[in-house]
Amino acid sequence: MIKKKRKLLNLKETVIESLLFLCSFFSIFVTAGIVLVLLVESWGFFKEVSILNFLTDRQWTPLFINKHFGILPLLCGTFLTTFIAVLTAIPIGLISAIYLSEYASLRVRNTVKPFLEILAAVPTVVYGYFALLFITPLLRQVIPGISGFNALSSGIVMGIMIIPLVASLSEDAMHAVPMNLREGAYAVGSSRMQSALHVVFPAALSGITAAFILAVSRAIGETMIVAIAAGQQPKLTLNPLVPIETITAYIVQISLGDTPHGTLEYRTIFACGMTLFLLTFVLNIFSFKLKRRFQEVYE
Amino acid sequence: MVNPTFRITGLDAFYGNKHVLKNINIDILPNAVTALIGPSGCGKSTFIRSLNRINDLILTFRREGKVCYHNQDIYAKDVDVVELRRRVGMVFQKPNPFPKSIYDNIAYCLKVHGIKDKDKIDATVESSLKKAALWDEVKNSLRQNALTLSGGQQQRLCIARTLAVEPEVILFDEPCSSLDPISTAKIEELIHQLKQSYTLIIVTHNMQQAARVSDFAGFFLLGELIEFDKTDKIFTAPKDKRTEDYITGRFG
Amino acid sequence: MNKTKQNKIIDKCFGFLGIAATLFGLIMLLVFIIDVLSDGLGRINWSFFTSFPSRKPEQAGILSAWVGSVWTMFITAMIALPLGIGAGIHLEEYARKSRLTNFIEINIANLAGVPSVIYGLLGLGLFVRYLQLDRSVLAGGFTLALLILPVIILSTREALRAVPFSMREASYAVGATKWQTVRYQVLPAAFGNILTGIILAMSRAVGETAPLITIGALTYIAFLPQSPIYFSSGFPYLHFSLKGLFDPFTVLPIQIFNWVSRPQKGFFTNAAAGIIVLLGLTLIMNTLAIILRHHHQKKIRW
Repeated sequence: MIKKKRKLLNLKETVIESLLFLCSFFSIFVTAGIVLVLLVESWGFFKEVSILNFLTDRQWTPLFINKHFGILPLLCGTFLTTFIAVLTAIPIGLISAIYLSEYASLRVRNTVKPFLEILAAVPTVVYGYFALLFITPLLRQVIPGISGFNALSSGIVMGIMIIPLVASLSEDAMHAVPMNLREGAYAVGSSRMQSALHVVFPAALSGITAAFILAVSRAIGETMIVAIAAGQQPKLTLNPLVPIETITAYIVQISLGDTPHGTLEYRTIFACGMTLFLLTFVLNIFSFKLKRRFQEVYE
Repeated sequence: MVNPTFRITGLDAFYGNKHVLKNINIDILPNAVTALIGPSGCGKSTFIRSLNRINDLILTFRREGKVCYHNQDIYAKDVDVVELRRRVGMVFQKPNPFPKSIYDNIAYCLKVHGIKDKDKIDATVESSLKKAALWDEVKNSLRQNALTLSGGQQQRLCIARTLAVEPEVILFDEPCSSLDPISTAKIEELIHQLKQSYTLIIVTHNMQQAARVSDFAGFFLLGELIEFDKTDKIFTAPKDKRTEDYITGRFG
Repeated sequence: MNKTKQNKIIDKCFGFLGIAATLFGLIMLLVFIIDVLSDGLGRINWSFFTSFPSRKPEQAGILSAWVGSVWTMFITAMIALPLGIGAGIHLEEYARKSRLTNFIEINIANLAGVPSVIYGLLGLGLFVRYLQLDRSVLAGGFTLALLILPVIILSTREALRAVPFSMREASYAVGATKWQTVRYQVLPAAFGNILTGIILAMSRAVGETAPLITIGALTYIAFLPQSPIYFSSGFPYLHFSLKGLFDPFTVLPIQIFNWVSRPQKGFFTNAAAGIIVLLGLTLIMNTLAIILRHHHQKKIRW
């Protein structure tokens, strides 16, 4: 009486479920595609340039006659801009997160948060313009010696761009801390700030760390701001006032030129891409695991 | 001796590692009201949710033992769950109308069973709303969103929705727990009427309600069915000490 | 002064600091918008939208750029929306907990964090070279589709998760199948939030520059892709063509980038004008998304 009989309906259900499954399985193809493309092309690169050389040579001059393929200067540029960006975004983002989670009313919080996200939605090429034609001239008034292209202004602007990421994710983490922890702090006469700093902040620390790592990863992968405002000179320096070049900016530089397919120069961008992918991959996975652990504790 | 609608033998149920039903054996008779009582968390909801396999939606749910509906194991491989759920309707604890018009709430139930004829749908909307004693209150506002109804009206709409697909059994999972006394009385009255044509199983933690509406009653405690008998027997002369303690209010 | 009073003052100060920090980014954005408006607003006129780029800054326009953007956005949406929403539905409504599901979930979270320029390299290796689509609109659209796919999947899942479980129970209880439940109950209820996610993802795609530069979208283009519909004087008068998909293209952000990297001052004005257009578009889309989400939250009370 209740045996299966509506064969057609069941067939339709199965077909739909399979199609939907294919959609989500497709995401694995995307990752596989990325890994394959990067592997194949950088394989060609590393056949000609040893990995040891790639990791230890202190110069990156693939377009010169005297070619050097040391990733260190590009890595250095990447870390320098990232460091400045994080230095800008973390304090502002964290204070803002504490404010939104512990001080602001729920109404304010729910109104302000989406507007903060707008900051993250501004196209990066726009931020690049801002860094090159607004922040750098502004900085020049304070630091006369600063170059037209430099790590400082692109780092700062990148920082402004990732403030919402830091603020929003840290706020989520603090918001998830159970109320009774705060009540405990208030019950012994803590002020809001004391409760925020001594109770909520430590309790949310792993969530906040996840946000921090994601911010670093985002800054490392950011491309247009540094391509426009940081320069195109791979240099092993920590001086934020001179032109440098990041991994991402180098990829853009080569892509703009007419480097023929199959040459060693063409393959350099895939070797750079591989480095970039591995860096961000490790950070993303680490952040993801931390966030999951945090959620398991409080949800 | 009438054939039971449901015959449950040796039913065990788990959520993950939690053992929530232990070796349940029970026969549910047709055209009667069976009430299941017990303190919250005793497994009575899990039990009726196993009868239309709505528990399948919960990923951690697992069961052992047999649930037979007219001598067919509903957990057998070749069972059409959709057909089972059409025959064994369910009304939930919290009214859960779809966020659509009153009319569409009922029309949807027919649509999923392939009924497209407009006249047939109109007729069923009217008849099931009448059976659910809601027609007079809403006949002029069928296009109104169901979420604007009061809690009691919403619950009666959910009952109407269930009736629309012409089930044989209706499961009520604490249908009045979120309603006020007046709405509760209306629903109880309705249950009384429905008994003529349907087999009803109702979970409640309100003992007066169980006494008022049911013919048979089962008492659950910590996942076990302690006692099952005619309702007046359970309430006047329980065999088990624990049942007696519960119905006289000594714990629960 | 006693300790409690002191605490109160510190508390207040910190409150102000918090407001300042929260508003900092928005104020910077405002300052920047004013700066860009003063630089570029004068440059915006009708011919700016109807002219091709040019060596002379005063004559240059964004015609090929905005048409290219429309083309790529269309392709991106055609690919990413069905795939992304489908995957979201599968993971949220169908997938049972399994190793494979877990792997797919981690994989999508990771894809969402892959830098956009890497998607450019993927597009270059896969679409431009391997599938030999060359530097075409199609290659660009595909690349951006892959880029926003994880964003759409994640926002779809979130939207579906917000639909209460009781709604699904109600539908199953009257004997609906899984797809009927999803199609007629869950999706309509989640529609507003899914749409919000789509708008945000598309607004991100409109502004993406790096991946398109990487696949070799040109920076100087003085023609448009072949229009999909065109007319002729002879029979059959009306023609349809997909040839445009294989034409080279540029997009608005690349045009802006091109102008910013020129040494002449006149092009900076063009860049500012282009930014006003692009930023205006992004801000409108984002505001729309915020309003939509707000409206949706208000409308439905479970």
